[in-house]
Amino acid sequence: MPVKIAIASGKGGTGKTTVTVNLYHFMSKILNSKVQIADCDVEEPNASIFFEELESAKSKQVTQLIPFINTDTCTFCRKCVDYCEFNAIIVIPPAQFAEVSPSLCHSCGACLYACPEKAIIEQPNEIGQINTFNHGVDESFLIEGRLKIGSSMQTMVIKDLVKDDWINKEVILYDAPPGTSCSVVATITQANYIILVTEPTPFGLHDLKLMIDLVRKLNKPFGVIINKADEYSDTYTYLKEEGIEILAEIPFNIDYVKSYAQGSILKNIPSDIESVYTGITQKLKNKLIHHA
Amino acid sequence: MKIAITSTQNIPESTFDLRFGRASYFCIYNTENNSVEFIDNENINANSGAGIKAAEKVIELGVSRVISGDFGPKAKDLLDKFKIQMVMLDDDSQTISSIIKQLNK
Repeated sequence: MPVKIAIASGKGGTGKTTVTVNLYHFMSKILNSKVQIADCDVEEPNASIFFEELESAKSKQVTQLIPFINTDTCTFCRKCVDYCEFNAIIVIPPAQFAEVSPSLCHSCGACLYACPEKAIIEQPNEIGQINTFNHGVDESFLIEGRLKIGSSMQTMVIKDLVKDDWINKEVILYDAPPGTSCSVVATITQANYIILVTEPTPFGLHDLKLMIDLVRKLNKPFGVIINKADEYSDTYTYLKEEGIEILAEIPFNIDYVKSYAQGSILKNIPSDIESVYTGITQKLKNKLIHHA
Repeated sequence: MKIAITSTQNIPESTFDLRFGRASYFCIYNTENNSVEFIDNENINANSGAGIKAAEKVIELGVSRVISGDFGPKAKDLLDKFKIQMVMLDDDSQTISSIIKQLNK
């Protein structure tokens, strides 16, 4: 079984994908390990844009079961409506109308149980895709979930994405969505270790605290990377008081921001960035890899 | 014809509610007998689907026109399906009775 590391943040834009892409690069190189990125930010997966000459290997549909009401046998009793926690079922008796709104349905199946006429059946409905990419000889080095536009079932796509054990890989890097809600929980519950990427700002610290509450509740070991590091002292004071490990500090560099915007962070990596990731890779190796 | 107007309270002097799914009340104005009835929005605090449920309600009440601030995509789809006219009004200082007066002009 591969070692699974999730990269999460709470606040958006702190550098989760930057860290994930760099860790893939340096862990592959330094540890000579088979590393895979799993881009779990299914609303806007973007890890793929940092790799040139990507080759699409596979694409799989993710579906959700949506109830379908047969209006020939439906008596419009509205029992299914009462059972539905999500207001996804519309029944208008005078119009002999009964329909399910797929974008509200969570596929819980309560309506099937509720229906005394057995007028409801479930049918698969596409909510997204899981795409796998090769990079030269590095087969399936990247998998990404991509939520269908209009769907709000992020968690279902992520669960499908992380359920594979990838026995031919040694390290899986889960690039988490921002926030601390269900989609993040679905991403990090599979992980053996969690890297929290933060930025030293009041917003960054606020959301970091929420994220730390979450990973502690899930009993996951974790460490913090301070990206765009500067002298905002509250973040350091908090981490020190809580006894939380700082894995690394990545200096802010405007040229590096520009190379990110061009999608070329893996080309001409500055030496200070290289030494930061070499350090993180060694720390992660000592923590995780030799236990695996 | 029945017209639904979203309302912040349940009296004709109430101000207009810009929200559709999360309106406090639906005023049902019947143009045939000039009657006015206020219906509680039981889905005002629903976690999801308030808009589509409001649309379901007004369709069930036999309304042919709805006046509100705006309509979300799910409510709009359902109201369209039943060919119910949606009228958007952006002035929430108006009262329900003044809107009805304008309808009768």
